[in-house]
Formats: sequence, C-alpha cells, structure tokens
Amino acid sequence: MLGLLETGSGFWSAIIWIVVVLVIGSIVIYIRNKGEDSYKKNTEQDKPFISGNPEKSKENSHLSASHIYWGLTEALKGYYNPLVKMHTGNINDYSGWIIVITAIILIMVGVSG
Amino acid sequence: MNLSNHIPILIIAIPLLAAFLVPLIGRINKKATGILTTLALSVSLILTIVLAVKILTVGPQVYVFGATSPSLTLPSGLKFPIRIMLQIDAMGIFMGLITAVVSFVGAVYSLIFMKQHSGLDKYYSLLLLLTVGVFGMEFTGDVFNFFVFLEIASIASVALISFRGIDLGEPAEAGFKYMVVSSISALVVLFAVGIFYGQYDLLNFAALASVIKYSQLDKIALGLLIPVLAMKAGAVPMHMWTPDAYSEAPAPITMMLVAASQASLYALFRVVFSLYNISLNVLTVGWIIIIFGLLSMFIGVTMAIIQKDIKRLMAYHAISQTGYMFLGVGVGLAVLANPVALNQYGITAMEGGIFHIMNHAMYKGLLFLTAGALFFRTGTKNLDKMGGLAHSMKYTTIFFIIGAAAIAGLPPFNGFASKILIYESVYRFNPLLSIIAMVVSILTLASFVKVFHSAFLGPKLPQFKEVKEVPRSMVFAMAVLSCIIIFFGLFPDLIVKNLVHPAVMSLIEQFKYTGTVLGGM
Repeated sequence: MLGLLETGSGFWSAIIWIVVVLVIGSIVIYIRNKGEDSYKKNTEQDKPFISGNPEKSKENSHLSASHIYWGLTEALKGYYNPLVKMHTGNINDYSGWIIVITAIILIMVGVSG
Repeated sequence: MNLSNHIPILIIAIPLLAAFLVPLIGRINKKATGILTTLALSVSLILTIVLAVKILTVGPQVYVFGATSPSLTLPSGLKFPIRIMLQIDAMGIFMGLITAVVSFVGAVYSLIFMKQHSGLDKYYSLLLLLTVGVFGMEFTGDVFNFFVFLEIASIASVALISFRGIDLGEPAEAGFKYMVVSSISALVVLFAVGIFYGQYDLLNFAALASVIKYSQLDKIALGLLIPVLAMKAGAVPMHMWTPDAYSEAPAPITMMLVAASQASLYALFRVVFSLYNISLNVLTVGWIIIIFGLLSMFIGVTMAIIQKDIKRLMAYHAISQTGYMFLGVGVGLAVLANPVALNQYGITAMEGGIFHIMNHAMYKGLLFLTAGALFFRTGTKNLDKMGGLAHSMKYTTIFFIIGAAAIAGLPPFNGFASKILIYESVYRFNPLLSIIAMVVSILTLASFVKVFHSAFLGPKLPQFKEVKEVPRSMVFAMAVLSCIIIFFGLFPDLIVKNLVHPAVMSLIEQFKYTGTVLGGM
C-alpha cells in the first residue's frame, strides 16, 4: 500500500493517520456544535477571567520569549549553570574540547583493540 | 562522446565555472550574478536527479579523470587505481541530492534577501564554491581529494559567515572561529591521509578499504578522523562553533552550512563503514557514535530552550537533530558484526538515521529561511522584540508551522517518519536510548512552541505595523521546502525504499564499494 512505512516492529501510514484525525475531528466538531445549554450570549460569561487584576492593553499583554519556561529553567538551575558556563564563546576552549575528545577517542580505539 | 558519462563531473564543474564567471558578469550587470548562480545550480540540480536515477537503476558510477574512458579505473597492468576519481554510489547521490536542492533553494532565496548588500558578485561566487566543495566531499573517491574539497567548502564558508561585514564584529568573530576549527579539522584529516599514504601508498578509498589491516597506525588515523569529522558535523561537546556560525551567516548560507555539516557527517560514516567496516571494533566505535548522538540530542535541545536569538535557538536544534543521525547510524554500526541483530533492527536504525539527514536538511533549511524572513522584515533576531507577526506574515507563519511540526516529529510530517524508524529500532538495541530520543522530541516541540508564541502570536505590535509578507521569490523558496517536507511525510515508504535503503546498503556492503573500483576484489 502506498504510504505504508515498515518500521521493523509495525508500520506507519500518514494517510491512515489523517483519515483517523478527520473522523475524530468531525466527532469533536459535531459535539461542540451541539453547544452548552447553560451558556448565555452577551452576559458576563463572555468576559475573560483574569484573577481580579486590571486588564492590560493588548500591546502590553504579549508574553516575550524570556518569560516562557522561566519556571523550568529556574528549577533546573543546577543543570543549566555549569552548562551555560561551558559555552564561553572563547575559541581556545573550542580547540581545547577538540583535543580532549580526540585524546579520549584515541585511548578508547587504542585500548579496545 | 556520450555526455551522460560525464554527468558526475559536470555537477561539480558547472557551479565551479559559474563561480569564476560571476565576478566577471558582475562587472557588467550586478543583477545578473544572482540569476547566473541560480541557473548554474538549477542545471546541477537537474543533472544530480538524472545521475540519481542512473545510479539507482544501473548501479554505482565512477568517473576517472584523464582516462581514455571515464569508467576505466584500472588501466592495463595496474592492480590499484592511480588516477583521481569520483565514486558515487547510492549513499553519495543521496547526499548529492540534498546539496543540489538546498543550494538551488538558497540561491533563489538570496535573489531578494541579499539584494541590499554590496559585493554580491563575491557572495554568489562563494556560494557556488561552497556548493562545489560540498558536492566534492560527497562524490570524491579518494581521501586526499576529500581533504581538498573540505578545504574549498571551509574557506568559502568562512567568508560567507563573515559576509554581513567585518565592521559588525559578530559575523567576523563567528567567521574567525569557524576558520580556526576548520583549520584544525583539515590539518588532522591531512595527517590521517598521510598515515594511510605512508602505510599503503594509496589514496583511493576503495583501494585502501581492500588492504586496510587495522594496524596501530590505522587506529590512530581512525581516532583522529572520528572527532574532527564529528566536530564539523556539530557533535557535542565540540559543537560550540555551530551557534556562532549559524546565527551570524545570512539565512540561505546557514541552510548551506547545515548541508556542509552533513557532508562531514557523511564522511564520518563513509570512513567507518566503507573504509574500515568490520575490521574495526564496531561495538566500541558504534558506542562512541551513539554517545555523540545522546550528548548532541540532549544538550542541543536543552541549550535551545533558553535562547532568545531565533537563529541561535535553531542552531542548537540543528545540533540536537544531528544527534538522531548519530544515534541511528551508531546503533547500526554497533551491530554490524552481528548479522541477526543487523537484520532485525540495525538496518532499520540506519535507515532512520540516514533518512533523518535528508529530512533535517529540508525542515531545518525551511526554519532558517523563516528566521531569515522575520529578520528581513523586522531587522531583529531577538525573540523578545518580536510578536504578533502572524497577522502580517501569513505565508511565513504557515511555513514555520510546517517546519516546527516536522522538527518536533509531529505526524504526518517527514521528521516523524524518520524518528519513528529510529525509536522502534533503537528500542530493541537499548530501550533507554529510545526513551531519551523521545524526550528530546518533546523538548523540541516545547522550544518551538516558545518561538511560535513569541514571534507569531499575540497582538500586532505598534513597531511592526508596517511589516508585510516577504517577496515572492523568498516565499517560493520556502514553499519548495515545505512541499518536500509534506511529500516525504505522506509517502515516506517511497523515499525509504528508493533512496534511503539503497544508501544504507551501500554503506554496509563494503565489498560492493571496493568492487566498483577494483572489479570484484
């Protein structure tokens, strides 16, 4: 069958996947279109809930890249601090890494026989 | 004279000739330089496709320089080839197709993207020389000429990375760093070539492969070639030049640099499979490559997450994706001497790794072009300063979504097809490796969600009110790569069966590689 990729443990077909997504998507859209009985248009239900804070202007409400995943990087400080420190931007360090890795590989290849 | 016999050399000679013509044409008409470059690379692309069809139907092709017939590898009385030759098998042409597509798309994109810059004759000349170097690395049949083409590609790359101007500082610094690491790698490669020549009086890959003894000197040559070629491919922890170079080069050049890095990766695979094969300790060397893969995947993606410069972020992802290639091919190498494991999952792992090379070139190329489009219109690479660009750059947004979904391994795009081959086969070798690969994919998705949100979503920012979609030729270049990504994603079986599997088998079956030149020795 065209589009059927044998993976060694099974198969993958993007065509079948798309058909399945379309079927499931149609069911979801059908359920959504049936609507929610308790919903009333043009009432306070339409207003966004922002935890009682005053609403910012649209232009100021954009979350910039530095703030995204702040919590993740803060939690992984122990991992990130030495890793970032490693990236010195100094060409001497770049060359040093090449020498260190070359030495390790030479030993591994030499010892392993 | 049958011209079809000369296609291998024409693929290299046409851009080489154009590289010297471009500065001359530039004296008459500046605009014509870009058009001439695009024409030359489109001819190379067509010839590469023709050669690919020939190789995949007839078999590997050899082109001997200065021989009475281009296929005459052994003139009468000689046991070993002495002439310079190109030797192109399924793996070589697989890489050649990537280079041909990427260089053509890069030239089309450059037509408008580079329009405001001065010195365009030099830019196009260097772009053509870079293409020549990369093609040469992939097509050459001897180790010394591999060094020559590596140097051509490196020197052209250094100039192109610094092209935005020495007065800016950062591009010049990135170019200088690339020059230093490239010089180290070239010297080490030359030293390894010297070791081979000193021992065997041979430079031809196939001839060397037929006599190599895995002596102590051969081990030293291998121990020198692995790290420097891995470094040129951007493997962690020798990857640090990559974000510098990729972020400072113009976007179409960054795309070409990805192809050049992959040519080094190809050379590494060629050395361990076609030159040494089972004569080396495949388990040790296989694990060395797997560890490069793991480090590159994980450190690449975690460093990407914290970046604010869109091109540096993408550069770290390029490192991370290279890790998948190392992982897949490394597993294949580790089980090379075990025919049962090789047939059960080794070949599939290699298919995943090799297929990922092509997929990565397409979606990473596309992503760098979208980053270039954002820079072209906003003048910044800083994600903190971007926002709401989906309102005014609709095509770029769509192309970015396609590229981001592909790199994150979301179905039905091409990245998923190669990654599923890697996950399922590597799992049978060592489940932990496969799990790490999947975690890296999730982190990749998280990272690109960040880029998508910060650059494209949100309200239209006042400073970008005048921003509009990029010109048509740039949209066309991105559309070409998007179409390839979607096609490869929908019909991966066609690519794996017709291109990837023959490429993998040409690496594994060393006797066929040597037999093409030495006539079944």
